[in-house]
Amino acid sequence: MRVTVTVNGTTESHEVETRMLLVHYLRDVRGLTGTNIGCDTTSCGACTVLLDGESVKSCTVLAAQADGAEITTIEGMAAPDGTYHPIQAAFHEHHALQCGFCTPGMVMAVASFLKEHPHPSEHEVREGLEGNLCRCTGYHNIVQAVLAAAGAEELVR
Amino acid sequence: MIPASFEYRRAGSVQEALGWLAEDPDSTKLLAGGHSLLPLMKLRLASPSVLVDVGRVPGLSYVRDGGDHVAIGALTRHRDLETSQVARAQVPLLAHVAGQVGDPQVRHRGTIGGSLAHGDPASDLPAAVLALDGTMVIDGPHGTREVASSDFFKGFLETALEPEEMLTEIRVRKAPSGWAFQKFNRRAQDWAIVGVAAVVDGDARVALVNMGSTTVRARGVEAALASGASASEAAARAAEGLDPPSDLQGSADYRRHLATVLVRRALEEATATRG
Amino acid sequence: MSAAVMEGAAGVVGTRMRRREDAALLSGEARFVHDLVVPGALHMAVVRSPYAHARITSVDVSAALGMPGVVAAFSGADLAGEWASAMPCVWPVTADMQSPPHFPLAVAEACYAGDAVAVVVAGTLAEAQDAAGAVAVGYEELPAAVDLEDAASDRFLAHGDAPTNRAYTWELVPDPEAVRRAFEDAAVTLRARYVQQRLIPSAMEPRGVCVVPHPFGGEYVVYSATQIPHILRTLLGMTAGIPEGRIRVVAPAVGGGFGSKLDVYAEELLCLALARRLRRPVRWSEERSEAAQATIHGRGQVQEIELAADADGRVRAVRVHLLADMGAYMQLVTPGVPILGAFLYHGVYDVAAYAFTCTGIFTNKTPTDAYRGAGRPEATYAIERAMDALARKLRVDPAELRRRNFIGADRFPYTSVAGLVFDSGNYEAALGAALELVDYDALREEQSKRRTEGATKLLGVGLSCYVEMCGLAPSRVLASLNYMAGGWETATVRMLPTGKVQVVTGASPQGQGHVTSWSMIVADKLGVSPEDVDVLHSDTGVSPVGLDTYGSRSLSVGGTAIALAADRLVEKARLLAAHRLEVAPEDLELSGGEFSVRGSPSSTVGLGALAFEAFSAHDLPEGMEPNLEASATFDPTNFTFPFGTHVAVVEVDTQTGRVDLVRYVAVDDCGNQINPLIVDGQVHGGIAQGVGQALYEGAVYDERGNLMTATFADYLVPAATELPGFTLGRTVTPSPSNPLGVKGIGEAGTIASTPAVVNAVVDALAHLGVEDIEMPLTPERVWRSIAAAAHEPGGDR
Repeated sequence: MRVTVTVNGTTESHEVETRMLLVHYLRDVRGLTGTNIGCDTTSCGACTVLLDGESVKSCTVLAAQADGAEITTIEGMAAPDGTYHPIQAAFHEHHALQCGFCTPGMVMAVASFLKEHPHPSEHEVREGLEGNLCRCTGYHNIVQAVLAAAGAEELVR
Repeated sequence: MIPASFEYRRAGSVQEALGWLAEDPDSTKLLAGGHSLLPLMKLRLASPSVLVDVGRVPGLSYVRDGGDHVAIGALTRHRDLETSQVARAQVPLLAHVAGQVGDPQVRHRGTIGGSLAHGDPASDLPAAVLALDGTMVIDGPHGTREVASSDFFKGFLETALEPEEMLTEIRVRKAPSGWAFQKFNRRAQDWAIVGVAAVVDGDARVALVNMGSTTVRARGVEAALASGASASEAAARAAEGLDPPSDLQGSADYRRHLATVLVRRALEEATATRG
Repeated sequence: MSAAVMEGAAGVVGTRMRRREDAALLSGEARFVHDLVVPGALHMAVVRSPYAHARITSVDVSAALGMPGVVAAFSGADLAGEWASAMPCVWPVTADMQSPPHFPLAVAEACYAGDAVAVVVAGTLAEAQDAAGAVAVGYEELPAAVDLEDAASDRFLAHGDAPTNRAYTWELVPDPEAVRRAFEDAAVTLRARYVQQRLIPSAMEPRGVCVVPHPFGGEYVVYSATQIPHILRTLLGMTAGIPEGRIRVVAPAVGGGFGSKLDVYAEELLCLALARRLRRPVRWSEERSEAAQATIHGRGQVQEIELAADADGRVRAVRVHLLADMGAYMQLVTPGVPILGAFLYHGVYDVAAYAFTCTGIFTNKTPTDAYRGAGRPEATYAIERAMDALARKLRVDPAELRRRNFIGADRFPYTSVAGLVFDSGNYEAALGAALELVDYDALREEQSKRRTEGATKLLGVGLSCYVEMCGLAPSRVLASLNYMAGGWETATVRMLPTGKVQVVTGASPQGQGHVTSWSMIVADKLGVSPEDVDVLHSDTGVSPVGLDTYGSRSLSVGGTAIALAADRLVEKARLLAAHRLEVAPEDLELSGGEFSVRGSPSSTVGLGALAFEAFSAHDLPEGMEPNLEASATFDPTNFTFPFGTHVAVVEVDTQTGRVDLVRYVAVDDCGNQINPLIVDGQVHGGIAQGVGQALYEGAVYDERGNLMTATFADYLVPAATELPGFTLGRTVTPSPSNPLGVKGIGEAGTIASTPAVVNAVVDALAHLGVEDIEMPLTPERVWRSIAAAAHEPGGDR
């Protein structure tokens, strides 16, 4: 079937298998391999992207369901000149990544979370990340980065 | 993990979806948010030959004040229910429970209709709807029918929905105060080992998550409360007549015990918050 | 900081420099194996045994061959001719160790659920997966040896043709008579049995392999999510019968390992053999539920520990018997994992008599191998749990009991009863710092208040004082342990004509931040900015010699090699500078990347200028070779011995058995720190994994050997919601084992945290009579242990 999807501001149409998952569409058809696959049970959140501005696990969405939607992946977060998005900057500043495999999904989950919770407490940050697993950081620095990014985003506003 | 191949059809209306369902009801599945069905299809535990995507059927995502009840469109996503002003004011239990389903990403996609139609005894929303004395509005080839939530959940992954029918609306009794939800799990993102939804508003309705092959009312608790028992006396009857599962997260005995503790806590909390 | 690092101006070493790795990972630009675009690559899917133990009676691939996109499909028998030898185990711990031959595809007998029995190769992943389901394999199920202790009884044999499940028995009993006497004379003895459940390492990136053949040149490029590109190249060559020089192994971005990618796996060999046979690139991407069975597990031991102590709690002897679950086969270092803990069962305590015995047992389960800490977490768990039990028995505060038994700070270097020389330490200081950070006395007060009030949420405080041996390893010591390779590491430091620097390292990171740390070391040595230092790694075509990354060795061995190579480069540059400035080399001093003449500070030449002169080679001193480049190989003379104290604070709901970890304090001493930011991160992540073992994780098999926890929905890796923030402290006791004075911090958090958390839970419930709860401490297990304990708990259960 044919799907037309806007990814990071660019709209393209492609013929895909009906069973194609959004994550495979992004990686294999659009060539955006920043979005990773970490599990097969919608548990780990490594494949999180924004679908019409909200975080979703792209392993549990069909490409067909994203037809006509706007998707943002990790590749769409930094400014065109390479300037980090405040969340990326906070992750770097607070050493919130080690192997970096969960990071794209984590950053996208945070982007959606901060939109819904602009002034989160530490507890709310932890709850907001319940769907994203990380095996390297113990989450400590990720939580610190999100709290810092919340402050930074406020400054930007 | 990639699902087996299937034919994909996108429905523009309930009638169109019902028409396609009628063509081959046994191997056709409705797809709403996909967060119950797609995980099964990826593991190839489900392989429907036709998927009818109802996700874009207009007019089925709403939370409305219906006077004595609140009506929720079947395609209302958990996140929208969680943040609905109507739901928060009139059925805060339902709004709260919608916020406990899965994780934020799941709540952005999953729908109340999909969750209820899936009939998983470990799901949170069925218990909330049961405790709110809900009614299911079901469309089918022969028109619309209503089924009380207490008659809807039939067994493990089995509901009163016929293969050619579609759940379109859920109506729940208003309960602005006097409610509680207790979810006990090991990790926040996990299914409840046991959950309790309680509403105490004149009469008391208590529904249990994962205490049997389907979501159930704790009838013994309700009867005890009706005859004036205290919360802890009533809670002692939480597992009465139930046959909870044993699995990796807990044995049947442990679930029975948890049910008594969580029901007591839920009743105490619901009573304390009763307006 | 040691002088070796800090020569010259105040540098970056010791600062919290932000990581240079981050940009590629944060932008999505980093390429993991699955991300590589390889034109024409075929996808491999593996057909796995659903039975823990079965005779393979037939394999029929004909239906699969007829499916869309399928290029080839093979049984184990079809590919038997591809292997020059069985898959390698490089650590035969005893001369008589049993090791059943292990081939990438089973031929006659499947020995664990997940054992590979056939492969399908197709144009797309979906086609390969579809066709894998069409391979018909005939099985005759055999009784399975599942439970470790049951397997030790040989009731069922894990391998049909083996006489016993026992693989080996390894002993370390320096003085049996001393141990016997100590137990005879002891005022108090204690005996405990602990179970180390199996863990699934669960690196966030599953494994992946892609082999690109160059059939006409006879070469193979193997991309693999591995920790060990160098070791892998050699062993792939030996097993597949390809000269190792014809194999280039590249580990691109690798998403965590924790030991699980320290192996030579069937799928790496299968992709290689299929690429050779089909003359096309072949790739495989592991799925999570596949990883749970096909990638090694960790731990899996039953431990029996006995202490003999004086009346005042001074421990005189430690005796340990282990049963260690090998799983179905010996993977790369499977048998050696318990041996890495064998020397540490007396922990941080001054013990005079010691006996350790370990028996390795085969079971019909996924092979075990090194998982973060490998042997040392198990040892630390046993002694730290036992010390708490002894403290309870003697009614002594657990902190006080530990103080009475510490190896004193004045005893280093300390020769242990097990024969190690602990390089440096100050255990009392770390304990003191941790107790102060956590406000131990206030916690004890709060604990007793809650008990008195009959609270249903009880408080528990758990200590864990640890020492570990890392920086693997002195090659001679490895030889004495029958390990087949050495423990050195290599490095090259090269100054390019423009003054930019290239570092080539034999270490191979999976998220540890080597590029940042290595460039910091070199930046200070050469007086350049870390940004001007490129670190080349993880590609045997670029870094041909190395021993890779595991065992908290990269900094203390690999980092030292880099420092030594940089020193050599400086010495060559000094000769060139002396030639240029017409002074004696010893009259030059180096500061900020510039040589200046002592007493004549205006007479200078920079390393960058010297690099160009060495490159142009127009005017070099007699006999000097062109270019500024130096290499070094460092073979340590000893392990390093990081140590510290961790304190866990838990709340236990006595009505439900739920445990909440509410606070966590860690004071670690890893010697000098190159980058404390990275050290913190290693500690955080290590703690989380150790907490996972204590409270959440465990591979569960049913009686027939089916893995019940094969997905992330059933195998509970803790999320942010399950963990508190961590409070870190640090003491610094440099290691004399290497010139950087560094130790290692990759495993310490995991080693320390598991016993701290379990001790805390038992501490919360001790007054009720609870002595032990098996890991993971699920709410049900906690609730049952309360119910089973002698006394009734407080509260309204």
